[in-house]
Amino acid sequence: MTGTSNPAGAGWFDGLDPGDVEAAVGAVTDGEADEPDEWPRLAVEAGYVDSADEYYDRLHEATMEAARREIHERERADDKQLIHAVRAMDDCERTANELAERVAEWAGTRYEDAGTGVDYARDLAAERGDTEASDPGEARLVALAERTAALADEADELRAYVEETTPSVAPNLAAMAGPVLAARLISLTGGLDTLARKPSSTVQVLGAEDALFAHLRGAAPSPKHGIIFTHEYVRGTHPDQRGSAARALAGKLTIAARVDHYSGERKPELDAELDERIATIRGNADGADDGSDRGGDGS
Amino acid sequence: MSDLPDGVVRREFDGIERLATKGEPVYGEPTDGEWRAWNPDRSKLGAMLELGLDTGLVGGETVLYLGAAAGTTASHVADFAGPTYGVEFAARPARDLLDAAEPRGNLFPLLKDARKPETYAHVVEPVDVIVQDVATRGQAKVATANATFLREDGRLLMAVKARSEDVTRDPGDVFEDVLEELESTYEILETRRLAPHHDDHLGIVATPR
Ligand SMILES: C[S@@+](CC[C@H](N)C(=O)[O-])C[C@H]1O[C@@H](n2cnc3c(N)ncnc32)[C@H](O)[C@@H]1O
Repeated sequence: MTGTSNPAGAGWFDGLDPGDVEAAVGAVTDGEADEPDEWPRLAVEAGYVDSADEYYDRLHEATMEAARREIHERERADDKQLIHAVRAMDDCERTANELAERVAEWAGTRYEDAGTGVDYARDLAAERGDTEASDPGEARLVALAERTAALADEADELRAYVEETTPSVAPNLAAMAGPVLAARLISLTGGLDTLARKPSSTVQVLGAEDALFAHLRGAAPSPKHGIIFTHEYVRGTHPDQRGSAARALAGKLTIAARVDHYSGERKPELDAELDERIATIRGNADGADDGSDRGGDGS
Repeated sequence: MSDLPDGVVRREFDGIERLATKGEPVYGEPTDGEWRAWNPDRSKLGAMLELGLDTGLVGGETVLYLGAAAGTTASHVADFAGPTYGVEFAARPARDLLDAAEPRGNLFPLLKDARKPETYAHVVEPVDVIVQDVATRGQAKVATANATFLREDGRLLMAVKARSEDVTRDPGDVFEDVLEELESTYEILETRRLAPHHDDHLGIVATPR
């Protein structure tokens, strides 16, 4: 609640200056009344408007804007959910891979045809899950394979959730970076609000903290790119031009994050500007441009 | 079969007669000039009209719509009714509701919780009709709490989804309980299952006691 509260029993327009849209939006959002009343007539009587038609015009304007802001606010608040989800996704993937290694090593001592990786753990779980184990050791191994497969499934579910949620939290960032990389950038800074306040030079090296500290200690060259390296526009650019590509990408991602945080409005022209800029950078390197796909979500 | 309200017609779209209202399309429904088909499979109120419940709607009334969601039904209502207040508390569908409300000057989106009428009573005037389709637990409670908005001779047009109350119970039992709870505040005029358009939904027409 902000300071725009109405006395109980008064309409949203009570005490408002007719020209003050801001105040009207605040009153619709935060006001309350115990009972409905004949508001259109009362608004005319109070001199807030000259006619019922004018009343409904004002009301439409105020309710549309109030709803728009409320939606933006709520969707923005979803960024905290997104951060947990993308971190959990990474945890599940990493743990599934680790356990898959253990499964492979163990299985290698029992079966001639033992394979490796999460896929093998899935196969093993599917193959032997329903048959009775020949001994208690095999029973444990198969159970471990089943848990590994289940964790990998959860990682996939989490990825699907992130892909679905990011575009509503940060539509421009998601479109430009791909939803998963966008979620990682938000996660690395702790929130869309913090990301929106970072300079683009910081965004460029987010996720490369280790390399950055090594550089600051004088032990390594300055890192040119952090996690945004996974984006096709950096990874797919010739090594000589990668620094420029990373700089250009970071610059546009920074703008996208700001637009998402402050207005939430989708601006496709930002993507187009980035496409063009990358084409120019690549064109300088090899004189050709293929307009490669955007998106860093191979990660 | 009862009469359709003014502004709602039966009209042929690709050789099939369907309900229709006049307005900007909202959810990819077939159109014919200014007319847009009203799909009863996607709209409980559409199903109530299609099935011939006596809704008492005549057109031009003031409406409070609870559970406006993406505005599929609320947009049709705004096409034939007067001022239409659309209450919805989930942000995601409300985005689409804004698109539906943009060209409809008489459709007012309210991002509010229908269980808390005091948070929109300063905006909503007394209405002729409440349309309710909230599909959450406590549907009778929502209808009762909002009775304060309904004019004495007004109508409640409500769709009850049995599964929202209890997935395990027999829908018939759930409907009975809901009706019983409503009866302290409303006089029930008519009820009808909304199948085949909506399974395990009950359409209710009621008026304040
Ligand atoms: C079945 S959908 C409504 C579909 C809509 N009536 C139509 O036909 O286009 C139910 C909606 O009610 C909303 N809802 C549920 N409980 C609510 C509450 N307490 N306040 C406001 N909206 C609510 C849900 O978010 C959901 O969007």
